[in-house]
Amino acid sequence: MLIPLSHYLFVAGLLLVIGVFGIFMNRKNIIIIMMSIELILLAANINFIAFSGALHDMVGQVFTMFVLTVAAAESAIGLAILVIYFRNRGSIEVEDVTLMKG
Amino acid sequence: MNPMYLPLIPGLILGLGGMVLLLIGVLSKRDQTCTCTYGAVLALGLAAAFCLAAPDGVLFAGLLKTSLFTRFADTLVYLGAAAALLLSLDYNRREAMARFEFPVLVLFAVLGMIVMISAADLMSLYIGFELQSLTLYILAASARDSLRSTEAGLKYFVLGSLASGLLIYGISLVYGFAGTTNFISLAAILANGAGYGTIIGIVFVLVGLAFKVSAAPFHMWTPDVYEGSPTPVTALFGTAPKIATMALLFSVMLGPFGHLLAQWRMIIEVLSILSMALGALAAIGQKNIKRLLAYSSIGHMGYALMGLAAGTMAGTQATLVYLAIYLVMSFGAFACVIAMRRKGQAVETIADLAGLSTENPSFALALAIFMWAMAGIPPLSGFFGKLYVFSAAINAGLTTLAVVGVVTSVIGAFYYLRVIKVMYFDAGTPGFDKTASSVRFVMFAGALVTCLFVFIPGPLITAADAAAKALIG
Repeated sequence: MLIPLSHYLFVAGLLLVIGVFGIFMNRKNIIIIMMSIELILLAANINFIAFSGALHDMVGQVFTMFVLTVAAAESAIGLAILVIYFRNRGSIEVEDVTLMKG
Repeated sequence: MNPMYLPLIPGLILGLGGMVLLLIGVLSKRDQTCTCTYGAVLALGLAAAFCLAAPDGVLFAGLLKTSLFTRFADTLVYLGAAAALLLSLDYNRREAMARFEFPVLVLFAVLGMIVMISAADLMSLYIGFELQSLTLYILAASARDSLRSTEAGLKYFVLGSLASGLLIYGISLVYGFAGTTNFISLAAILANGAGYGTIIGIVFVLVGLAFKVSAAPFHMWTPDVYEGSPTPVTALFGTAPKIATMALLFSVMLGPFGHLLAQWRMIIEVLSILSMALGALAAIGQKNIKRLLAYSSIGHMGYALMGLAAGTMAGTQATLVYLAIYLVMSFGAFACVIAMRRKGQAVETIADLAGLSTENPSFALALAIFMWAMAGIPPLSGFFGKLYVFSAAINAGLTTLAVVGVVTSVIGAFYYLRVIKVMYFDAGTPGFDKTASSVRFVMFAGALVTCLFVFIPGPLITAADAAAKALIG
């Protein structure tokens, strides 16, 4: 049975919304924010793959490879920044990231 | 060598140059920060020379496209990055954060920016955008023992990643509903109108890019990141990436999405008005000069967006002129901030400037010139930048935008002039340390250009005109 394109788009849209909410509603831990960012990128990937299949066009799949690579680099850099932040602050609670305000 | 590949040489110089400098830094037993910084400035100079000499071209089967427009924006980016490196040399040594990775990262960021500027496909746009963003996250946190710098890096990372996530989601929608990622094919397809899917995708792309130029209401990272990052990095953030992203906004919005001007013009107008208003109002209460400059840059991006809202050739030219003038003013102002050091410590509040005019008149005059120019007082260069965007907006029928622009620049003049008032009329003894010659060079060269622009505006205006023709013509 063929799954229609709209189902994929719906799942991707849901992942995007969960990711964005995860960033803004989350008051606990910065690691959760990084997971939410990954969810947003995954939403885009699902879109790309679904469209690639529907359009019979390879560009979407090539794009997905790039997005995966960038996502890996992004989490590596994010974790590195998180580690040096933890060394200085001793905490990675979202509520503690408040040195500068205004 | 095949002349087709000539436009590629600047990118090769930056990429390979960065790797060579990295090797030098890693393999050498001694500290190579100085060598690497001057090497990076040399690489930027070489890249700029090759960039200006290169012909127009389409590279990698339509992924990249160079023209007079991209060369104009590239040159501004090279200038900005070179000035940031010059400023960083002395600052990083005094803050004990001199590491050879710094210039290497700046080179890679510039490579990302020029890929972004010359992108002719959504794929190269995304890769350039990410290469730039990822290196800038590291640069923001580059003072790794400072809580403020790492916090700035963290905030920039989280909000920047959200922006690139929205950008890529938008790109996926545009790809899916229009069926291609190539700019030329997209323009051909969208000429017959676009469905809701494509429009939503374009809005997402616009939001992602607006984050990076810190246009209100997507500006929330700017003040914190500006305040927390090391000052040379802040100077870089305020100029090169913004110019690159603004150039990208122009080439994307007026290129593949140009036929949908009526649909997205409203969004740009709202962004522009909000940015101008926020830049003028939120800066009033600031005590920290880096935060003040952050809000000021948000306002300046609002003025620059006015040219995009016009959507005409005159608008493009006006924004390019504005960006070039803004680059010089901004670097001058940040050089002054870097020069604010007392007993080996950087000081950043506006009150620290009290009494500067009697102690160091030339420094005070330079900072006063930049403040006057940013406020848009004739005959300094900043006035002409504003004049160009306002007249472009009026000619395109966007009178509201121009009126808001004039009102906000009057309000904004208040806080710029307050800095001058503190320097010239408040009593105090700043007792600043001796400033390094590289910082003084950027400061006084910037002041000179800002002052003398009124006598020789020709070259910049003609170049911007040719660049705008290349983009739209």
